[in-house]
Amino acid sequence: MLKAGIASGFNFLWRDSGIEVPFNLTGYKPSDTILALLWTGIVNTLLVSAVSIVVATVIGFSVGLARLSHNWLLSAFATFYVEFVRNIPLLFFVLFWYFGVLAALPMPRASFGLFDVVFLNRRGLSIPTPQDVTGLRLALLATVVLIGAQVLLVRWAHARQARTGRDFPVWPVGAVVCGVLPVLAFVAAGLATSWDVPVLRGFNYRGGFVLVPEFVALFAALSTYTAGFIAEAVRGGILSVRQGQIDAALALGLSRGRVIRLVVIPQAMPVIIPPLTSQYLNLVKNSSFGAAIAYPEIVAVFMGSALVSTGQSIEIIAITLAIYLTLSLAVSLFMNWYNARHKLVTR
Amino acid sequence: MIQTLRRRLFATPIDAVVTILGLYIAWRIAVPLVHWLVLDATWHGTTREDCKGDGACWVFIRARFGQFMYGQYPVPERWRVDVVAVLFVLVGAALSRRNLPHRGRLALAATIVLPPLGVVLLHGAWGTGLRLVETREWGGLMLTLFLTLYAGLIAGPLGVLLALGRRSRLPLIRFVSVVFIEFWRGVPIITVIFLASILLPLIMPTGIDVDRLARAVIGLAFVIAAYMAEAVRGGLQALPDGQTEAAQALGLGYWRIQRMIVLPQALRIALPAMTNEFISLFKSTTLVLIVSIFDLLGIAQAALADPAWVGMNMEAYVFAGAIYWFACFGMSQWSRLREKRLRTAHDR
Repeated sequence: MLKAGIASGFNFLWRDSGIEVPFNLTGYKPSDTILALLWTGIVNTLLVSAVSIVVATVIGFSVGLARLSHNWLLSAFATFYVEFVRNIPLLFFVLFWYFGVLAALPMPRASFGLFDVVFLNRRGLSIPTPQDVTGLRLALLATVVLIGAQVLLVRWAHARQARTGRDFPVWPVGAVVCGVLPVLAFVAAGLATSWDVPVLRGFNYRGGFVLVPEFVALFAALSTYTAGFIAEAVRGGILSVRQGQIDAALALGLSRGRVIRLVVIPQAMPVIIPPLTSQYLNLVKNSSFGAAIAYPEIVAVFMGSALVSTGQSIEIIAITLAIYLTLSLAVSLFMNWYNARHKLVTR
Repeated sequence: MIQTLRRRLFATPIDAVVTILGLYIAWRIAVPLVHWLVLDATWHGTTREDCKGDGACWVFIRARFGQFMYGQYPVPERWRVDVVAVLFVLVGAALSRRNLPHRGRLALAATIVLPPLGVVLLHGAWGTGLRLVETREWGGLMLTLFLTLYAGLIAGPLGVLLALGRRSRLPLIRFVSVVFIEFWRGVPIITVIFLASILLPLIMPTGIDVDRLARAVIGLAFVIAAYMAEAVRGGLQALPDGQTEAAQALGLGYWRIQRMIVLPQALRIALPAMTNEFISLFKSTTLVLIVSIFDLLGIAQAALADPAWVGMNMEAYVFAGAIYWFACFGMSQWSRLREKRLRTAHDR
C-alpha cells in the first residue's frame, strides 16, 4: 500500500469532505468533515429504514392475515402479492420505482396533490413541515405518559383479577388511552401549529420539505418487498397455533374476539417475532440498495463518494462493515435474549 | 358449486362488500394491463417507428433480444455459450435420474470437470484455439446464470463445511466458523461486492490479477456460503444424536460418519432451506450492477440509455422482471414438490 502511495490511518475523517449531499437532515455542508458526511449517511440510512419498517409491518400484517381469510378472493390477492414480490430481486423494484414509476410522473405543474398539502411529482414528494415543534413535542410527551398509564392500569387490572376475580375492560379502555387520546393530542397540536405548506411558485414547489425521488423510490421498494416476507412470517406464526387450542377456547364459551386476543395472539407472537426481527435487520441492510440510485445512505456517501475522494479504501471499508456488524450483533443479541426468555415461559 | 362459492365469497355482508370491491379493483387493474401487454401491443417490426399503438412495444425486446441473453458477447462466438448451457442441462438431467448407476461418483466427477470446462469454453484462448472473449464482454441472462451457478458451486460445499465446523468439538475450528458465518451474514451483500472488487486486488501478490467477474463470484459465494451454513445447521440439528452415536459404536471415523450417515440425512432435511438460499443468491446476482458488470437487469437498465429506443423503460423492466419471476417461482415450486414427495415417501 505504501508503494501505491495510499495514505493510512483515520485522520482523513477530520478533513473537509467537499462532497455535496443533496438530501440531508443533519444540516451537513460540503465544507464539513468527512465524519459529518458519514453521520449524514447513517442518518439517511436510519431514516429510510425506520419509515419503511413501519409501512412494511402494516402491509405485511394485513397481507399475512388476508392470506388466512376464509374469503377466497382476499386470500388469493394476498397469495398473489406474496408470490409476486418474493420472486423478484429487490434491486429490480428499486430501479423500477425510480426509473419506471417516478421518472414517469408529471412535472411539478401537474403534480398529484393530496388535500392540497402533499404533492407528488417528478422532483419528489413535497410535504409540509411544522414551523414550531413545541406543540408536537407536548403531544408526543402526552402519548408516552398515556402508554405508561396504560401499562400501570393493565398491571392493576391483572392484580385485581387475580385477587377478586373481577374483570376489567382493559382493551376498550386501552384503545381509548393509547389510540384515541394520542391521535386527538396530535390533531390538536397539529391545528395549533403553523405549518409551512409547499406552494407552487413558477416551475417548482417552494416551502415545506422535499423528499427526493431517490428516497421515495427506495422507501416504496423496501416497504413493499419486505412486506411480502413479513406476511409469510405472520402467516406461519398464526398457523403454528394448533386448531385444538382454538376449538378448546371456543368450547369454553369465549367469543371469537377473545379467542384471538387471549389464545391465538399470545401463542403466535413468540413465533412471529424472531423472523420479524430478522426481516427488520434485512431491511436495514437492504437500504444499502439505495447506492444503486444514488440515495445518499452510508454505502453511497461513504463507500462511494468518500472512498473515491480520499482513496483510503481499507479504513473506509472497515468502518462501513463495522457499522453494519454492530447493528446485526445488537439485533442477534436481542433475539437470543428474546428466545431465552420465551423458552422459560413455555412449558 | 354455488354453495361453495357462496360460503367462500359471500358468507357475511362484510364478505360480500370485500368480494365485490376486490373484483372491481382487479377488473380496473387487469383490463388496462392486458390491453397494454397484449391487445394494444406491437409485436412485429424492427424500429421504434413501428410502434404506433398505445400498448407495449415488444419490438424493442425483439431487437435487443441477443443482448438481453448474451450481453456484449461477440455474435459469431455465441454458439459457445449455447454449448455450455446445453452441456450443463444435459449432465444435470442425466444426474437427476435416480436409477443411474454410480450416480454419486459421476456427480462428483461432473462437478470437478464441468465448471472449469465451462469457463475455458466461454473465455477461449488458453491454448484452445478459440477466440478470446474477455469477461468484460459477458453479460445478460448468461452472466446471471454464470454468477448463480459458479457462486453456488463454491457456496454449497463451503456452507456444508462451515456448518460442520460450527458443531465441531475443536474450539479453534468452531470459533473460525462462527466468526466467518456471523461476519458475512451481518453485512449487506452490496458492501461485500464492493469489498471484493476493491480489496482482492490489494491483498493479492503483485502480478496476479484477479478478474473482475471472479471477484464478484467470490464475494457472492462467501456471503451465500454463510447463509447456506445456517440452512445446513438446521438440518444437522434436526438429526437425532443417536445416528452419530450408533455410527461411532460401529467404529466409523468422523469423516465417514459425516459422509455416510449424517450428511445424507441432514441435507435432505435442509434442502428446502438451501433452495431458498439458492433463490436468494439468484436474486442477489443483480447487485453486480454496482461494480459495472451487466447481468440481465444491468443490461435492461443499460438499454434504457439507447437514444434509438427512448421511453422503453416499462418494456425492459417487464421482460427482465418476468424472467426473474419465472425462474425463482419455478425453483421454489420444485423445492415444494420435492419436499412433498419426500414426506410421502417417508410416511409410507
